[in-house]
Amino acid sequence: MNWPAVTVIYRQEMARFRRTILQSFVSPVLSTSLYFVVFGTAIGSRIPTIEGNSYGAFIVPGLIMLSVMTQSLSNASFAIYFPKFVGSVYEVLSAPVGVAEIVLGYVGAAATKSLFIGVVILGTAALFVDLTIAHPGAMLAFLVLTCVAFALMGFIIGLWAGNFEQLQLIPLLIVTPLIFLGGAFYSISMLPPFWQGVSLFNPVVWLISGFRWSFFGAADVPVAASLVAIALFLAVCLGVIAWIFRTGWRLRA
Amino acid sequence: MTAIVDIRDLQKTYASGHLALSGITLAIAEGEILALLGPNGAGKTTLISTICGLVRPTSGRVTVGGHDIVTDWRAARRMIGLVPQEIALEPFESVAKTVAMSRGLFGLRRDDAAIEQVLTSLTLWDKRDAQIKELSGGMKRRVLIAKALAHEPRVLFLDEPTAGVDVELRRGMWDVVADLKSRGTTIILTTHYIEEAEAIADRIGVIDKGRLQLVEGKSALMARMGRKELRIALRAPLAAVPDQLLGRVTLADGGLTLVYGYDTRADRTGITTLLADLATEGIVLRDLSTRQSSLEEIFLSLLAAGQESAA
Repeated sequence: MNWPAVTVIYRQEMARFRRTILQSFVSPVLSTSLYFVVFGTAIGSRIPTIEGNSYGAFIVPGLIMLSVMTQSLSNASFAIYFPKFVGSVYEVLSAPVGVAEIVLGYVGAAATKSLFIGVVILGTAALFVDLTIAHPGAMLAFLVLTCVAFALMGFIIGLWAGNFEQLQLIPLLIVTPLIFLGGAFYSISMLPPFWQGVSLFNPVVWLISGFRWSFFGAADVPVAASLVAIALFLAVCLGVIAWIFRTGWRLRA
Repeated sequence: MTAIVDIRDLQKTYASGHLALSGITLAIAEGEILALLGPNGAGKTTLISTICGLVRPTSGRVTVGGHDIVTDWRAARRMIGLVPQEIALEPFESVAKTVAMSRGLFGLRRDDAAIEQVLTSLTLWDKRDAQIKELSGGMKRRVLIAKALAHEPRVLFLDEPTAGVDVELRRGMWDVVADLKSRGTTIILTTHYIEEAEAIADRIGVIDKGRLQLVEGKSALMARMGRKELRIALRAPLAAVPDQLLGRVTLADGGLTLVYGYDTRADRTGITTLLADLATEGIVLRDLSTRQSSLEEIFLSLLAAGQESAA
C-alpha cells in the first residue's frame, strides 16, 4: 500500500475544496435557509405534523441527504474528470499507485467534503427548528456511508464522462429526480398504495428512510433493510471501479 | 552492458486494429542517453507510454531494473520518471505543491529539501509559490521535468521535450539532460529534431511504422552512414568537368568549385588520386573543405531505403 500517494491525492483534493471554501460553505447554508423559509415556515405552517414532528423538523434529514448525495456526486466526479480533462491524470496512471490508493485518495476527499457540508446543514437547521437526534451514532454512520457511497458513484461518473455535459447528465436526469421522489420532503406513507409500491424500487427511499429513523425513531422501511441497501450500493460501486481499473476502460489504451 | 530497460518483442495493437508497435526488441544501458527518432505516428509515444504503464502491451515483455512492468509494476514504476509530450498540469496548483505531490505519488515521504533542490536545478525556485496557470510555456515544461524528477528516478523518459519551444529553451533543456546524465540517470527521449539527437544522444534508434529500423551508437551511425563531401575551390572557373575527372566530380558555383563525394568507411577514398589528377590537368586550387552529412540526411536516406524495401 502506497500511503504517501493516498495522502498527497487526499491533500490535493482538500486543497481544491479550501480554495473554494466560501462557495462550499455559503451555498449549502443559503440553500438550506431558503428551504426552511419556504417549506418550513411559509408552507410548513399549513401542514400538520408528520409522525409527531413539525414539517420543518421532518424535512431536515431529507434536506441533508439531498445535499450530501448531490455534493458527493459532483465532488468525486469532478475530482477525477478534471485531471482527465487537463491531462494530468497521466501521472497517477504512471505512478506506483493502485486502485485502492486512488479510490481512498479521491473518494475519501470527496466524501469528507460532503460530510462537512452535511454537518453544516445540520447546524443551520438547528437554528430554525428544534431537533432531537434519537440515535446519534446511527445518524453519523448513515451520513458517512451515504457520503462514501455517492462519492464512489460520482467517481464512476467522472471516469466514464467524456465531456462536461456528460458529467452533469446522470446527476441531473437520474439522481436528482430519484432523491426528490425518494421521500426527501415527504413520507412515502403519504402516497397512495400503488405509488408506495413503486417508490420501493427507488434505492434512495431506503437510504433516506434509514437516516430519518436515526433522527425520529420512525421509518418508512425497516432500518436493517436500509443498511442492506447501502451496503449493496457500496459493493456495486466498488465492483464497478475495480472492473474499470482492471480493464483500463476509459483510462488506459 | 547492464540493461536497465529491457524490451523484448513488444507488440501493441490498439482496439481500432492499428498496429502501433511491431516486435520491438531493445536493451538500454544504465546511464546512456538514447534518442528515438521517427516521423509522426511512428510509434515513439506508444513505446514510451507502454513502458510507463499508460498503454497496455498486447504481447512481449519489458523489464525496468529487472522488474517486469506488468507483474512487478510497482517496483518498475518507482524507477521511472515520465515527461509527457503535452503540457498536462493542474492549472490552479502551485509549482512547489505539484512537484511535492509527484514525490508522494511515487511513494516517497515529504522532503522539502529534495523539492528545493529539484526546483533550483531547473531554475524554478523563484516561482515555487506561483500557480501553474501564471507560468510561461517554457516554465511549464520545466515544471513537468521537475515533477518527473521529484522521486529521483533512475530512468527518465522525455517525450518530445523540446517540441514547439524556442532555440534558447531547447539548449537549456539539453543542459538539463547533460546534467542528469552526469549524475547517472538513464535518459530515453523521443524527438523528431535530428539536431537534438545529434547534440545529446549516445545512441540513436529509428522507429518507423511501429518497427525499430535501427539502433546504433551515434558516432558509429554517422561514420557508417555518413558520406563526406570534399569541396575544392578553384582559382579560375572551369567551363566543364575535364574528361579525366568525368563521373567523379561535379561542378558548382559557376565552375569555381569542384564537389567530390566519398564514403568515410571505404578503404580508399580516392582523394589522393583525385588531387594528383587535378595537378596533371593543371588546375590550380584555392581552398579545400570537407563536410559530413548530418543525421537528418542519414535519417531521410534510411526512411527512403525502408520504403523501397517495403515496395
